[in-house]
Amino acid sequence: MASDRLFGLVVLMTALAYIASATQIQTSFLQDPVGPKAFPMLVGAVAAISALVMIIKPDPNPQWPNLKTFGALLIALLVLVGYAYALKPFGFLLPTAVTAAILSYQISPRAVPAILTGLGLSIGLFVLFKYALKLGLVPFPKGIFT
Amino acid sequence: MDIISNLALGFSIALSPYTLMLAIVGCFLGTIIGALPGLGPSNGVAILIPITFTLGLDATSALVLMTSVYYGAMYGGRISSILLNIPGDEPALMTTLDGYPMAKQGRAGDALVLSGVASFVGAFLATIGLLLLAPLLARVAYLFGPAEYFALYLLAFCTLGGVASNNQAKAAIASCIGLGIAMIGVDDNSGLPRLTGGNMHLADGIDFLVAIVGLFAIAEVFFFIEGHGKNSSIGVKLEKVKVPWKDIWHTRWTMLRCSLLGFIAGILPGAGASLGSFLAYMSEKSISGKDGGFGTGVAKGVAAPEAGNNAAAGGALVPMLTLGVPGSGTTAVLLALLMTLNITPGPTLFTDRPEVVWGLIASLLIANVVLLLMNVPLVRFFVRILMVPAWILLPGVTMISFVGIYSLSGSYFDLLLMVAFGALGYVLRKLDVPTVPVILGILLGGHMEDALRRAMVLSDGEIMYLWSSPIAIGFWIAAILGFVAPMFLRGVLTKPQRVSD
Repeated sequence: MASDRLFGLVVLMTALAYIASATQIQTSFLQDPVGPKAFPMLVGAVAAISALVMIIKPDPNPQWPNLKTFGALLIALLVLVGYAYALKPFGFLLPTAVTAAILSYQISPRAVPAILTGLGLSIGLFVLFKYALKLGLVPFPKGIFT
Repeated sequence: MDIISNLALGFSIALSPYTLMLAIVGCFLGTIIGALPGLGPSNGVAILIPITFTLGLDATSALVLMTSVYYGAMYGGRISSILLNIPGDEPALMTTLDGYPMAKQGRAGDALVLSGVASFVGAFLATIGLLLLAPLLARVAYLFGPAEYFALYLLAFCTLGGVASNNQAKAAIASCIGLGIAMIGVDDNSGLPRLTGGNMHLADGIDFLVAIVGLFAIAEVFFFIEGHGKNSSIGVKLEKVKVPWKDIWHTRWTMLRCSLLGFIAGILPGAGASLGSFLAYMSEKSISGKDGGFGTGVAKGVAAPEAGNNAAAGGALVPMLTLGVPGSGTTAVLLALLMTLNITPGPTLFTDRPEVVWGLIASLLIANVVLLLMNVPLVRFFVRILMVPAWILLPGVTMISFVGIYSLSGSYFDLLLMVAFGALGYVLRKLDVPTVPVILGILLGGHMEDALRRAMVLSDGEIMYLWSSPIAIGFWIAAILGFVAPMFLRGVLTKPQRVSD
């Protein structure tokens, strides 16, 4: 109940904001009958109506994870965001090993297999991508070992 | 005989050693992808697209490789259904109903081979259907103007929302999320940016591949973290594998009926393979009646959903190739592949790029034979693959996703977007909001708006033009029915639950 209502409310707000920003779309002097605003506003309107339906007629709550699992999910999310930033400046090998090890640990909390998974995936995938598929990956940060 | 000469053209492309090798590699990878729990046809194909693109394969080769993966994953999905009672993907859910009980009776090998043969029959007949029907439909599609296309896109969203999900409002929201995302970026008509919030990274729009990989592959990682990889234990041991000729002969009519049914379900825009296997299983269940023993591990119960599922996979290619409207989640991913390769599906594809279409159809036929030959003797090997634990598999999938997207654009922004889509995918699936309409919206949003705007230019702003032809009116009626009717039929069409131990 509450989850669906909350989600409906978020969608409703987003849809209204979307419609509002669609009204601000610049139009050019060459105008077709529909123009660039109408379709986004239509989509926003349909979303808003559906969100209202969801608020009025919510489904039963899904089973949300407990606080500990939720923390694990949050850590995974942060690690992935960090990985996205780290891939370019730090090269492939190091960030991949760290990220893969942490993700592996979150799925099955045993330290040694997780570290081995991280190392194995990082080196294995690097060899696969660099030499078998010939993708241009940079193994280490620029300036070290080169 | 057009078809014969076209097929000859197709086979001349598909039988070249290089293409043949790609088909075999694709089948092999596909079966592995399908067999691994947590990787199905949609996310398996999705994470491979960016890599295929970076490899610089030409259009036909890339298409052959990825459709072989697609067919292979459809085959492979049954392995984890039968042995682990875990459907590798949604259409394989029906296979667990009789496949797992059969495996528990010590007939795991029989069930695997039988379902492999049923998959072959379904996919083979569907490919024949595809090559007969697609050129005809392509000819009809020439009659479609922008008003008809607009109605057709609407139909795809409505049936997808109505048939394939449990709550219409949620499906509509999912479609709107996709369509709304598709609007971001430079407007083709005016050349001015829309809804970018001034962010330079968004001026080119959001790449659909980023969204697909995020929603399908990254979201899966979050689910496995939530479940702590509990879904990866081996259930049933595989004893001797031999060919159960008696069962195959016994289920011949079941396979044929279900192939036809699955093919039709696959053609319907938005319905796809899940509906195909569902209808096939339910109709066979009612044909054989109470004495049929469906749900206790009978041969027909294994053959029916697999034939239906694989026939639907072939059928779903018909609207995707001829109209550019995918019939399922995976064909939506294949549409994304075509668009990445700069091929516009639609009736003109058949006249402008016959080598692509017929090469594809010929390699589907070849892939099918390869899969059957590969699946019976190598089934033990694929079963061993199942034992790869989730704590190695899922981090690996994540890393491959990152490398794929990173090598496409080289920008950290796309990687961040991908992670954001992963989180969105997790929340949406938790709330039972389907994610396939989101993908479809991102893929088709631009075309849908374009169709509407061109229709209005043609009619000079007269809105009634949208309902000016019988074809368009037919699509509108079908769309409304497809969206509304399941609300009333929901009581009748309840999906059977998974068997639990």
